[in-house]
Amino acid sequence: MQLKYRSKAGSFESSDILIIVEPAEEKTGRDIKINSAVMLQFGESIEKAITDVLNKYQIDDIRLIAQDKGALIPTISARAETAIKRSLGIQEGTL
Amino acid sequence: MKKNFKRRSMLYIPGNNPAMLQQGGVYGADSILLDLEDAVALNQKDAARILVRNMLKSINFYNSEVSVRVNPLNTPFGKADLEAIVPLQPDSIRIPKTETAEQLAELIETIEKIEDEHNLTHDKMTIHAMIETALGVQNVFEIAKFSKRVDAITIGGQDLTADMNIASTKDGGGIDFARKRIIMAAKANNIDAIDTVFVDIDDDEGLKKDAAYAKKIGFTGKAVINPRQIEPIHDIYSPTDEEIRKATKVYKAFVKNTKEGIGVFAVDGKMVDRPVVQRAEHILSLADIDLQSFE
Amino acid sequence: MKNSLGKEIPEYIEGIGKLEAYQGAWTKLNKGWMNERTLPPPIKAQKPHFNKKCNSLEEAIKQCNPYDGMTISFHHHLRGGDYLLINTVKLLSKLGIKNICLASSSLTTAHDGLLPYLKDGTITKIFSSGIRGKLGQAISYGILDTPVTIHSHGGRARAIQTGRIKIDLAIIAASAADSEGNATGSHGKSAFGSIGYAMIDSWYASRVIVVTDNMVEYPCVPPSIRQNYVDFVVKIDSIGDAKKIASGTTRITKSPLDLRIAQMAAEAITNSAFFKEGFSFQVGAGGASLAVAKFVRKEMKKQDIKGSFLLGGVTSVLVDMLEEGLFKSIFDVQSFDAEVSSSILNNTYHIEIPSGLYANPFNAGCMTNKLDVVVLGALEIDTNFNINVITGNDGNIRGASGGHSDTASGAQLTVVVCPSFRGRIPIVKEKVHTVVTPGESVDILVTERGICVNPNKPYLEKELIKAGLNIKNIADLAKEVEAITGTPKPIETLDRIVGIVEYRDGTIIDTIKQTKGDIDSLF
Repeated sequence: MQLKYRSKAGSFESSDILIIVEPAEEKTGRDIKINSAVMLQFGESIEKAITDVLNKYQIDDIRLIAQDKGALIPTISARAETAIKRSLGIQEGTL
Repeated sequence: MKKNFKRRSMLYIPGNNPAMLQQGGVYGADSILLDLEDAVALNQKDAARILVRNMLKSINFYNSEVSVRVNPLNTPFGKADLEAIVPLQPDSIRIPKTETAEQLAELIETIEKIEDEHNLTHDKMTIHAMIETALGVQNVFEIAKFSKRVDAITIGGQDLTADMNIASTKDGGGIDFARKRIIMAAKANNIDAIDTVFVDIDDDEGLKKDAAYAKKIGFTGKAVINPRQIEPIHDIYSPTDEEIRKATKVYKAFVKNTKEGIGVFAVDGKMVDRPVVQRAEHILSLADIDLQSFE
Repeated sequence: MKNSLGKEIPEYIEGIGKLEAYQGAWTKLNKGWMNERTLPPPIKAQKPHFNKKCNSLEEAIKQCNPYDGMTISFHHHLRGGDYLLINTVKLLSKLGIKNICLASSSLTTAHDGLLPYLKDGTITKIFSSGIRGKLGQAISYGILDTPVTIHSHGGRARAIQTGRIKIDLAIIAASAADSEGNATGSHGKSAFGSIGYAMIDSWYASRVIVVTDNMVEYPCVPPSIRQNYVDFVVKIDSIGDAKKIASGTTRITKSPLDLRIAQMAAEAITNSAFFKEGFSFQVGAGGASLAVAKFVRKEMKKQDIKGSFLLGGVTSVLVDMLEEGLFKSIFDVQSFDAEVSSSILNNTYHIEIPSGLYANPFNAGCMTNKLDVVVLGALEIDTNFNINVITGNDGNIRGASGGHSDTASGAQLTVVVCPSFRGRIPIVKEKVHTVVTPGESVDILVTERGICVNPNKPYLEKELIKAGLNIKNIADLAKEVEAITGTPKPIETLDRIVGIVEYRDGTIIDTIKQTKGDIDSLF
């Protein structure tokens, strides 16, 4: 699916993750930058949680920045899903 | 399905706050309310919904009842909330600003439709109706009796005083009639009545006074907005030694008589039938006394 | 050689000497005496009416004949507000002194400024209870050739008595002093309360300089440091930043999580056999540990139980309990806020004590030997109840051994309080990165997700289960935590040892390995 809008989800609060998403040109691939206080221990885990969501929505081209504050996986997935849906313009039941 | 009989405390947790959600179960509240409604900004309803959905799937809330407060159906958010949350079957769903039985009917219909789509039965998840307007207060009996799925009525003091155009005071004078009417409707239908939050988290004495009054007039529990309010409320709702003594006597007799095949019997000159036994069970469980120990 | 926890310990380290492997928390004590010889304190001599006052710290230092390879010592009662240590090192460096061994009772974030002096060889050896901030990181990254020695408060006293730490020059900051060197920290604009960690330095150092920003008329009372040990006295403008030395009153945490843990810990304590008339009590300085005092205090009033003494690590909460009559006395080795300083001055039963009396295992009975209940924190704890309070989740040095292993060893009931994980990092886990306090001296772990009792205390577990507390098996809790956070990638370290962790009896309980950090990034 092709992203339409720049979007973000989450926050800078402890145990949360802020995910900022920007559409990218077709065939440019996934440019994912992750910043986390627990990068050494969980960097891979954070990336996997995010790419799992990208795979689910079949996003092949994206610019994504994540600022993690020790979020657990359900939170990372939730914020990624929210950001993607907002970027696709398919978010439900919100203003 | 109520996991336990107790709903002495109900801890509100803002649905868009991961730190608080993931810790929700550690405070020993009898009941936890994951809030998608008033605690969530209007432009974050989607974020909160997805977060709470994920948390329901993965986080262990231990022995607390897990309830989710969805947005009303007449908002842009309500239907999406139900579609995301109902399939996960939390212990209960709380409906804010319930005003009429018709509203409740529409809601239950929507819920059951979603349950059917997911091959779920209609008898597990219960509904808490929240009364927050004058109209709701007037219609509370009809609301309470509408469906077997409704097993608690709660009052939202802040919104109610706003609807009544009066100031919200610590002594709750303005909502006193509403509280009592709600309790009566709940009692008439043998369901729980849960009191509104006490907002001043630093006023321990005020909280104790408010909770003691709530218990006196018949509320079975009280909502809390900060974990430190839980213990004082549990203390107030703990049965007295005298209540425990009486309940123990009744339940002991019940076990003995049941073993001997006797269905109706007397304790202290009073007939003991099923409702009396249930009341004894309730008191013993509030006192954390294991019913198995009577066998 | 392997120690009794299975850790590989070198037999000898260049610059430190022969090492002894840890063999159990009370193994050496069970003999009833110490093997090592103690060094006698120096014999000094002084003519009558000698003027000890020097016009500057530099002049005083010069009078003490500084030399390459000397050992200098400081106390850390000035906490984050200390200026003196760095200023002293600056002066010594200016005088061209190199290869200094730094023996401060602890090092804080106030000492980040030492980095250039580690890099250029001014300081080449360190003994300390703790190292924080950039200094801790730099040492973890390998800035020193010789490993640092991390010791406990009680262990430092032992090390000085055996000459493991042989102090050439002790610099003692005091908030009030007189011309003869009688000194105290209990009053003055830079007051810090007890000067307990510095007393042993004054008795054993070859030369002692007292530095104050408040010269008082002779005699300075109380004479916590006595004149007959002091060689020189210097007055300077300010010994440190008063705001960072002592806060007003230490406030109890408002964090719901810490309060919950504290409440559970207090429940465990008050339902144990140790909560009875005349019990003694110690708590850590902040967070959940300190909050436990608040809940225990409530229960003491409710059950009308009076304790005997409080020990520590003293904050105003403890002073309040003393003044309420809940306890009879406070034995104070370190004071954390201003209210505590005035209590030392005004209350006969608020007693200042030196670190040896506090926690040195090699005497006829230190105060930690008499302790009933202690509440401690932890950076990590493993399924054998071993505790790490020195290295962080990245393997870098960032904490302190302090009185942790001392109090755990002595207390009848050692209660550790901590969240089960923090910022996604597990705190309860299978193996800690560095062992400071051995599990056999730890009795209960209290986390928000359950309480774990050391299997070596089965009656205690029964007692607490009976009281209806949420008791869990620690291995189960560790698994539960890992399921919540996910499995962290293990910390990568190099083979080189950058620190040795000395248990209170002088044996080595663990080593700290170098991490893969870039030293230059810290400058």
